[in-house]
This record gives sequence, C-alpha cells and structure tokens, in this order.
Amino acid sequence: MTLSVDSPATGTPAVIARHVTKSFGGRQVLADLDLTIEQGQFIALLGASGSGKTTLLRVLLGLEATTSGDVFVPETRTTVFQEPRLVASMKVWRNVVVGQPRATGTRAAAVAALDEVGLADQADSWPGTLSGGEAQRVALARALVRQPRLLLLDEPFAALDALTRLKMQALVAELCSRHRPGVLLVTHDVEEALLLADRVLVLKDGRISLDLGIDLPRPRHIGGAEFDALRDRFMAELGVLDPVRRVPTPPA
Amino acid sequence: MATDSAPRSRRASLSLRVLVPVAIFGLWWLLTGTGVIPGTDLPSPAATWDAFIQLWTHEDLLGDIGISVARAGIGLAIGAGLGLVLGIIVGLFSLGEELLDSSMQMLRTVPFPAVIFLFIVWFGIGETAKVGLIALATLFPMYLNASNGVRNVDRKVVEAARSFGLRGAGLVRQVVIPLAMPSILTGLRFATGVSVIALVFAETINANQGIGYLVSEASSFNNTPNLVVCIILYALLGIGADALVRILERTLMPWRRQVAVR
Repeated sequence: MTLSVDSPATGTPAVIARHVTKSFGGRQVLADLDLTIEQGQFIALLGASGSGKTTLLRVLLGLEATTSGDVFVPETRTTVFQEPRLVASMKVWRNVVVGQPRATGTRAAAVAALDEVGLADQADSWPGTLSGGEAQRVALARALVRQPRLLLLDEPFAALDALTRLKMQALVAELCSRHRPGVLLVTHDVEEALLLADRVLVLKDGRISLDLGIDLPRPRHIGGAEFDALRDRFMAELGVLDPVRRVPTPPA
Repeated sequence: MATDSAPRSRRASLSLRVLVPVAIFGLWWLLTGTGVIPGTDLPSPAATWDAFIQLWTHEDLLGDIGISVARAGIGLAIGAGLGLVLGIIVGLFSLGEELLDSSMQMLRTVPFPAVIFLFIVWFGIGETAKVGLIALATLFPMYLNASNGVRNVDRKVVEAARSFGLRGAGLVRQVVIPLAMPSILTGLRFATGVSVIALVFAETINANQGIGYLVSEASSFNNTPNLVVCIILYALLGIGADALVRILERTLMPWRRQVAVR
C-alpha cells in the first residue's frame, strides 16, 4: 500500500489511483478501484450512503491509509468538508491561512481569498458570528488560498439551506473554472453532480460502476431532455428509480 | 443560564444582586445591636470594624494578608500549573492517559487535609509544607478539567487543521489549547476556590504570620471580633480570586464575547 505525494509537471493527471482496496475489519469498502482525474477536470462521485465515497476522499487526502493499491496525488491538495470546521478561537482570516508558513500565510493573502468568496469584510470576525453559508464560504477560501492542484469536496453543500446551496454551487463552479484544480466532488445529489461536473462517476460495491462524461453546455440548468435522461440513468445506477417505469423501486 | 421573560436594566439587576447581602448585613446589625445575640457569640458590625482598625494599625494585618495571598498564590501556581501540564499530556496522548489517569483519579479522592501530618513529617513546619498542601489541593481540579477539555476538543476541527498542514506543537498551541480553554478556566476557577480552603488548613501548621495565624490566635483568646474579621477577609480573598479568573476569561477567550447563546 502506498500513497505517493509528488508534484508532477502540469499536464499529468491530478490523481492516479490503481487497484485501491480498503477494508475496515474485514468489510471491503473499496475493492480494486481505479480512478484517474485529469488536471483541471471537475469530477463528481455519486454513491449511496455507506458506498465508500467519503473513504475514497479521505484516502486521497491522506487521512486514511489504503489496504492495498497505489495512489498518486499532488502535494497541494485541499478539502472542503461537509461542516465548515473552522477554529473558533481564530479570526476568520487566520482560519483561511491556518497551517501556512508565515511567509505565505499573510493577512493580504487571506483577504484576497476571502474577497473571492465575497467575505473580505469579515476577515476580522470570529467564526462564531458567521452564518452557516458564510462559514462554508470561509472553508472554501481556506481550501483555495493554497492554490491546490487537487480540490476535494466532501458534500460541502449538504448542510446548507436550498437557497444558499444554489449560490454556493454557482460560486464553486466559477472559482473552479478560474483556478482549474482537479476537483473531486463527493455527493449523493445527482442534479448537483450534473450541474457542476465534467465527468460523473458512480461508486457501487467498492468500485466505479458507471463513468460518464457530461457534455451539457454551461452555464447549466436543471431540466431539459438531455439533463433528465442523464439523471434517470444515474438514478437507475444508484438503484433509486426504475428506468422503464420511472417510479421508485420498492425495497427488495 | 438564567432566563427571564423581560430583560432587566443594568441598574435594576445590580440592585437585585446586592439586595441579599445588604439584608444580611441589616439583620446582623439589628440582632447584635438589640442584644438578641450577645456580643461574645457574634460581635456587632461596629465592634468588628473596631477590631479591624485595631488589627490594621497596631498589628501588621496588611502584612498577614500579603503572606496569606502569597502562600495561596504560589501554591496555586505550582499545583494548577502541574495539573494543567499533566491534564494536557493525558488529554493528548493515550500513553499518558494509560500511564497516569487511573492513579490521578485514585489520588484525587483522598481528602487533602488527611495528608497534613505527612507533609509536616516530610517538609517540616515551614513554608514548604504549607505551599505544598495548597499545591496538592489545587492540582486535581485543574488536572480533571484540563484533561477533559483537551479530550473533548472537536476531533473534526483538529483533523481539518491537520489536513491544512498544522502539526505537532503548532496544532496543540493554536487549536487544541484554545478550544480547551473554557474547561481549563473552569479548572482554574475551582482551583482558586480550593486554594483558599487549603490556605485555612495550611495555616494551622505552626503559622506565626498570615490570616490563619490570626484565626488560631483569636480562637485561643476567644476573640470573636478578630475571628469575624478573618472570616470576612477569607470571603473577600475568594471573591477577589474569582474576579481575577473572570478577567482572565475575557482576555484569553475574546471569541466568546461576541457570540451570544442562541
């Protein structure tokens, strides 16, 4: 089992994972999984609850060791978690550059990143005074300020209200197209995946069971014949919708 | 957290707070002044004031207060300091917990006055035994709260900070200790309270200076006015220590000031 951290020349993939297996106490969560993410590519990873999406993300982040297989990731990879996970005792701008060396983790760098998510004026606030959406935008600024070659998004919109979620999705789409990191968005929301991703994967039984490029024109909107067809295809793959009768399948 | 239907003005709130102390003082003044309670049992406020002036001018009361505060302060600094360091170690490392925690939990159940005689045998009847007793008494409340505080720091936040490159000492200093600060300060508050109690016991060990010395002197001469002066002094010391910790809470946890309970 290896996790190799390197900074390959631009043009090489952001992630190469080969034959990755991960077991928790005999239960295989990832089974001989292969995955490549090209530089600048936005990939959405769909999967039912407990399908191992978050485990895969944690493996790529280096928080979880694989049982076997090889993983190549760039050194600069950052993440936005489902919760903001800000340090309550640090002002917002210090949260943005947390862990950065003094030379690069300057206030100016933090404010510039906060400006991109529209929160430059909150640089000196305490995290406890922010709303949920604002806190998540700070978490996004924290991930982007390091100019990652790989950005890992672990259901970052799941805890937000519907209106804030739409704004946040648009913000993420815009910032990713500007900074062009390789992106892996873990989500269970098919529509969200189709709105944002260049490629959508489905994780089932520990491996990628479906891998489709999404050629819908941008900016994208929910709906339309092509969008609906794709959604039904992914829903069926996830076992939520019967592809023929278009009604939820009864539990087996 | 107290809740009320309508928020009270600052002045009304302050008047409510002083209402009970003022009533007690009035009752004290009334009962001793009318002779319901004889002066030999409880001196009147006036007699207590006279005793205070007497101690202040003819004896070195200020010096005694200084000695007592120094004993409590040094003992607290040693005990709470050690408790803090041990608490953080045990909270951070499972090795530390396995090695120390059960012993600490066992020791903390020993009532500290029980070891006074041992301390006299070990350290003699000088300052070491007194300061040592206060240090011992203040160690455990700090240890318990600090180790709990560190252990209960949100793991997800620590994991996130680590994934952004914060490790080792930096992680502990910038994330773990600040997030455990509410617990640590609760520990300090308990410890300061206990330090005054331990001071009373410590100063029964052959003291010839300090408030405890005045207490034992007043006791052997049935001097109730001096005794009441000392008791009030102990109370004031306790309030002063508590106020100091409150100020510390504000300066060490500025992020908590603006965040209201929602």
